[in-house]
Amino acid sequence: MSDVAIPYSVKPHPVTGIPNGKFAIWLFLASEVMLFGALFSSYILLRTGAPSWPHGADELNVPLATVNTMVLITSSITMVMAWASLKMGSLSKYRLYMAATLACSAGFLVIKYIEYSTKFHHGHYPSTSNFFGIYFTLTGLHGIHIIGGILVNAYLMIFTGMWKTDREHFENRVENAGLYWHFVDLVWIFLFPSLYLL
Amino acid sequence: MDSTHADPHGAASHDAHGPEEIAKHVRVYIMVFLSLAVLTGVTVGISYVHLGSHWMNIVVALVIASIKASLVAAYFMHLISEKKVIFWVLGLTALFFLFVIFIPMATIGETRHFSDPANSAAVVSAPHH
Repeated sequence: MSDVAIPYSVKPHPVTGIPNGKFAIWLFLASEVMLFGALFSSYILLRTGAPSWPHGADELNVPLATVNTMVLITSSITMVMAWASLKMGSLSKYRLYMAATLACSAGFLVIKYIEYSTKFHHGHYPSTSNFFGIYFTLTGLHGIHIIGGILVNAYLMIFTGMWKTDREHFENRVENAGLYWHFVDLVWIFLFPSLYLL
Repeated sequence: MDSTHADPHGAASHDAHGPEEIAKHVRVYIMVFLSLAVLTGVTVGISYVHLGSHWMNIVVALVIASIKASLVAAYFMHLISEKKVIFWVLGLTALFFLFVIFIPMATIGETRHFSDPANSAAVVSAPHH
């Protein structure tokens, strides 16, 4: 029955001072830091242990990746603007900014698809070399995170009924989705120079 | 209807801010976005400049990336006005992140040794020992 409400989904927990959902998403992001951290560590080991390592810019498409970086940064500001719009009481603006975030996310994946298909066309696969192995692993895992974010953001854009019935709870959900999305942007901020430029 | 009412625990970060406060934050978000765009251009531009050694290029690129990441975390993720418990979680994460990055690096000398063609015999003969 609906009287069994999940505790502290809106009000801050007395111990942490924040709602449980927000605390949980930060713990999840902490585990994500370790996941990507382990792969970055592998990248460093592979690179420093190799007799030679290709220059990223010689193997990968820097202009496309630069555009993709801009696309992801843009999606981050539209995401935070979506949350801010809710806080300012405008559901229509929220939907508009969420749609822009989703458009940017889809754009990122399209560009990534172009990059991947070009690599496959030239016979570059994860098994080709350690460089392409770690490139596909890191960018592939990041791409999966983008897809996850798209699913969550699309759900929050379409199903907004909670905003009318439990406004603060809905705002918290959007904020938590935003935290995840900014983290995905943050990971790319390190992936881009590490793989493409150095 | 007002979603920004004060809570008994001093309010969780943003909930302390009313719509007027949020409107002010929007200007900050735009400034952060522009800074991120400029820093992306700087990252790409500087990668084509040889800064004396390859290590210097790596350090500069990672410093710029760290500045960009800090901007995203501080303003878009609101860390600048976050509760203490989040900083404890992130501090502990940062500590373990350093472990996962630097402890394996202690073996770099060994991986170099094995990847050197001159030492390939050592790799082949290793299982016999």
